Amino acid sequence: MTVRTARVLIAKPGLDGHDRGAKVIARALRDAGMEVIYTGLRQTPEMIAEAALQEDVDVVGLSILSGAHMTLVPRVREAMNKVELNDVPILVGGIIPDEDRDTLLTLGVVGVFGPGTTTDEIRDFIHTLVVKKDTNE
Amino acid sequence: MSDLVTSLLAGSRRALARMLTQVENATPEAQQALEKLFPHTGNAWIIGVTGAPGTGKSSLVNALAKAYRAQGKTVGIVAVDPTSPFSGGAILGDRIRMVELSGDAGVFIRSMATRGSLGGVARATRDVVRVMDAAGFDIILVETVGAGQSEVDIVRTAHTTVVVEAPGLGDDVQAIKAGILEIADVLVVNKADRPGANQTVRALRAMLELGHPAAREQFARHHGRLIEIEVQNNHQDESLWIPPVLQTTATNNTGISELVLAIESHRQFVIESGTITALQKQYLELELYERLQQALMQRFLQTMPKTALADMINHIEARQLDPQRAVNQLLATLDQPSLNIQANES
Repeated sequence: MTVRTARVLIAKPGLDGHDRGAKVIARALRDAGMEVIYTGLRQTPEMIAEAALQEDVDVVGLSILSGAHMTLVPRVREAMNKVELNDVPILVGGIIPDEDRDTLLTLGVVGVFGPGTTTDEIRDFIHTLVVKKDTNE
Repeated sequence: MSDLVTSLLAGSRRALARMLTQVENATPEAQQALEKLFPHTGNAWIIGVTGAPGTGKSSLVNALAKAYRAQGKTVGIVAVDPTSPFSGGAILGDRIRMVELSGDAGVFIRSMATRGSLGGVARATRDVVRVMDAAGFDIILVETVGAGQSEVDIVRTAHTTVVVEAPGLGDDVQAIKAGILEIADVLVVNKADRPGANQTVRALRAMLELGHPAAREQFARHHGRLIEIEVQNNHQDESLWIPPVLQTTATNNTGISELVLAIESHRQFVIESGTITALQKQYLELELYERLQQALMQRFLQTMPKTALADMINHIEARQLDPQRAVNQLLATLDQPSLNIQANES
């Protein structure tokens, strides 16, 4: 009997200490039937990559409110690629200016969610990613 | 999948992670892999860490892992958190307390959700531990969900069970109730820097003095299951293991080396007294029963026409049948597949 539960890592890279947004997302995904691994605050890109590897997650969600997303996100992507997690998609949420959004999407990020995004949108987005992954396998 | 087994045995962390997912999802591939891995198991010492929510299990696991790493031992950690009974989702947050272990190639942490299991660990925890065992970790720490009074399934997986208490959680009557305290091989009062720690230690020691050690041994082996298991008391003449009561403050490493020593003494005791062989045999027997139960249930449901169960539930709901009678009628169809399932109208 096969049971498929999506596993999502929610991480906060860098030095910003506000994780209410990350917790709201984690809770919403939990309520959507997903298993959410929350790593806590102030994670280095290497720590996030390692957690993603050990937990074998389907998706990594980064919450960044500090404005350092253009520095941190590529470093997380790089750290994940280094441990051969090239195929694990990254989503970014937080205060991301529109002009950075498109750049991030070229840096190995599959979705950027700013203020005003509903939790339903994020849930559906992740759901689609997981279904796509399963049909490819 | 056999590639995954090979890479896992060769030490690939990615292969280990992916295998654990397969095992959790109980895929047919996982079953084949577990068969191949089973001969490689039996080398790790498995330590269960259980206790009420907020007593500091994760911090204690973190401190223990650091201590074992300092001894040069590799450590696998399985941290279990509860699945929501409503959505099936879960928030797995034990890693938050284990940040210090990040970046150490000798440590592997895996979070698990209970996925509906009520005994404090997930149904797949035993298999997840086996995979880690086969992957070659010296020590495997299993952290249960925040346990109440009766989540005692961990004893069937762990060689040494550490029960964590914290000051101020209950009086001496709580301490003599049946359940989780009885499964302890080592009792720890964590957060010992808080007021009331000495009282908690006293209550736990008093509890141990009241109890008869031989009786404790039997209950621990039965752990509340109704399955008949013969209790072998082959060390009647030897001294029984009395669980030590220790104080720790996991967040600043106080008392951790004493805890490591206590776990080591327990390990030596169960090995030297021969208890380990008897216990393992009993747990394997229980596992066999459990798996047989699941397999029989599955096979039964396969032979049952899909409508039969629904019909039966309707009859019960209408008070035409009582649930046990319904079970008897369903079982009767096993012997006579042609028999029509009919409600008792009387």
